[in-house]
Amino acid sequence: MGISYFDDTPHVDQVGVEERIARFSTRSIKKTSKMQALKLALNMIDLTTLEGKDTPGKVNQMCYKAMHVCNQLPELPTVAAVCVYPNHVKTARKALNGTEIKVAAVATAFPSGNSTSSIKLEDTQFAVSEGAHEIDMVISRGEFLRGNYNFVFDEIAAIKDACGKARLKVILETGELSTLDNVRKASDLAIQAGADFIKTSTGKIQPAATMPVTLVMLQAIKDHYKKTGKMVGMKPAGGISTAKVAINYLVMLHETLGDSWMTNEWFRFGASSLANDLLMQIGKEQHGIYQSKDYFSND
Amino acid sequence: MERIEVLKTYKLYIGGQFPRTESGRYYPLLNSKKQTLANISLASRKDYRNAVVAARGAFGGWSSKTAFNRGQILYRIAEMMEGRKMQFVDELMVQGISKSNAVKEVQTSIDRMVYYSGWCDKFQQCFSAVNPVSSSHFNFSVPEPMGVVAAISGNSSSLLGLISIIAPVIAGGNTIVVLASEKYPLCGVTFAEVLATSDLPGGVVNILTGKSSEIHSHMASHMDVNALLYCGDDKAEIKTISELAALNVKRVFVRSEKKLEKDEHENPYYIMDFQEIKTTWHPIERVGGGSGNY
Repeated sequence: MGISYFDDTPHVDQVGVEERIARFSTRSIKKTSKMQALKLALNMIDLTTLEGKDTPGKVNQMCYKAMHVCNQLPELPTVAAVCVYPNHVKTARKALNGTEIKVAAVATAFPSGNSTSSIKLEDTQFAVSEGAHEIDMVISRGEFLRGNYNFVFDEIAAIKDACGKARLKVILETGELSTLDNVRKASDLAIQAGADFIKTSTGKIQPAATMPVTLVMLQAIKDHYKKTGKMVGMKPAGGISTAKVAINYLVMLHETLGDSWMTNEWFRFGASSLANDLLMQIGKEQHGIYQSKDYFSND
Repeated sequence: MERIEVLKTYKLYIGGQFPRTESGRYYPLLNSKKQTLANISLASRKDYRNAVVAARGAFGGWSSKTAFNRGQILYRIAEMMEGRKMQFVDELMVQGISKSNAVKEVQTSIDRMVYYSGWCDKFQQCFSAVNPVSSSHFNFSVPEPMGVVAAISGNSSSLLGLISIIAPVIAGGNTIVVLASEKYPLCGVTFAEVLATSDLPGGVVNILTGKSSEIHSHMASHMDVNALLYCGDDKAEIKTISELAALNVKRVFVRSEKKLEKDEHENPYYIMDFQEIKTTWHPIERVGGGSGNY
């Protein structure tokens, strides 16, 4: 029996989305509101390192940066979380001991998701047992694209079970879903299957996060909230590297979902180079001087 | 029916593109009879910021080109200028310069570009050194480009001053953001069109038009700029620049535009102003009579 997940899924008006996006970038955000937005964006970052060459040293370094984003600038928030592979969770937990910063782990055969269900479950259980607060899973795009929605739904639900108390972020990898209609469908599917967060991309595929797909996903969250009263978080990831773009995302978030989502409990940026650009802009606001990358740490 | 002449819009040159100023402002350029010659973009500090981003982005590619290739590209700029000679002469004349002086200025400008194109792959040899050291090391010092240079053109010429600023800076492998002469800005924009068609990668040279009084302090304080060349004569501006440049220890050069047409402005030391010397210690073993161990 086929279950219909998409009874309430509307078609996406692509032209309408693009016009809406164009208007988000025209808001004038200056002075104190800009400062507030920059700090909020910094506070929403999942500082990420997901490379084959990651070492405990690199993870420790990143955790230090997460705690001390920039000691020269006073009154800065920390980032929201660090995001690592499961085998580095323990290192990150130890390094971040005693702070509010969460540890997120990518699991389920990240980034392709091509593996058996048992291995994906094991991957998740391992990350959780190592102490991950959050699990970033990838959906099986191949199964989704050939219409095997039940498979994708069941897989997400199974991983959600395996997460226990850890919050589950479901990566749709929108760069492989071709159309905005598919993005909307995948969002609805993930939300119904129990996602705490929906996330655009792994960062390994281009295009990664774009404003149109993020808007479509935000609208899926909004519709779900209207229907059930349950909030779901959003995480655009990959390709957001400047403060200007981050502020445009915050404008879009505010105008689509409103105040309650304007916290790192419900919105995250998956990024690594964004942090430094935000710091450069905060420095500019505080001192009135344009900054250089030379004066901020690389990692 | 009389034909309506198509007038040129004088825009900025940033990252290989010709954008209008983000501020949307302009100032009218008047001739001696108080007639408007053109509306000139009045660049803001944000245009400057964008130009620095473009210049920083272009630095890696430009500085790692072979010196010989940089020389070819500078020569290509001279070739393109030669083709536009009459346009430069006309523009100088509407800005109030006599025909004979205008022709002379354009010719000198082109020749100066050729002069510096020749130096591109030669100054390194002249200014490098093998240093005597009392250990078994091969020790040598070579000039390397500083990075992003900001420059303010003075008000004594429209084209020659600009060429004299830009050529030695880019010949040395730096990238530059230059504010064209506030009083004679026309040739700066036309020169940008030359650059856009002469194999020079976008962002290596960025040309703004506007007021020195508005931009000089931002040029001096920008932390991502490595050196500043000032060719104006405003004492107060020089003082502000010197103070603000100390923030990131920018190298500041104040250069007079007097007698720009003279040969003394063709000088490899103007390339060296924007070079840093890197010294390398390279271990050697038993070269010549040496018997050191390491």
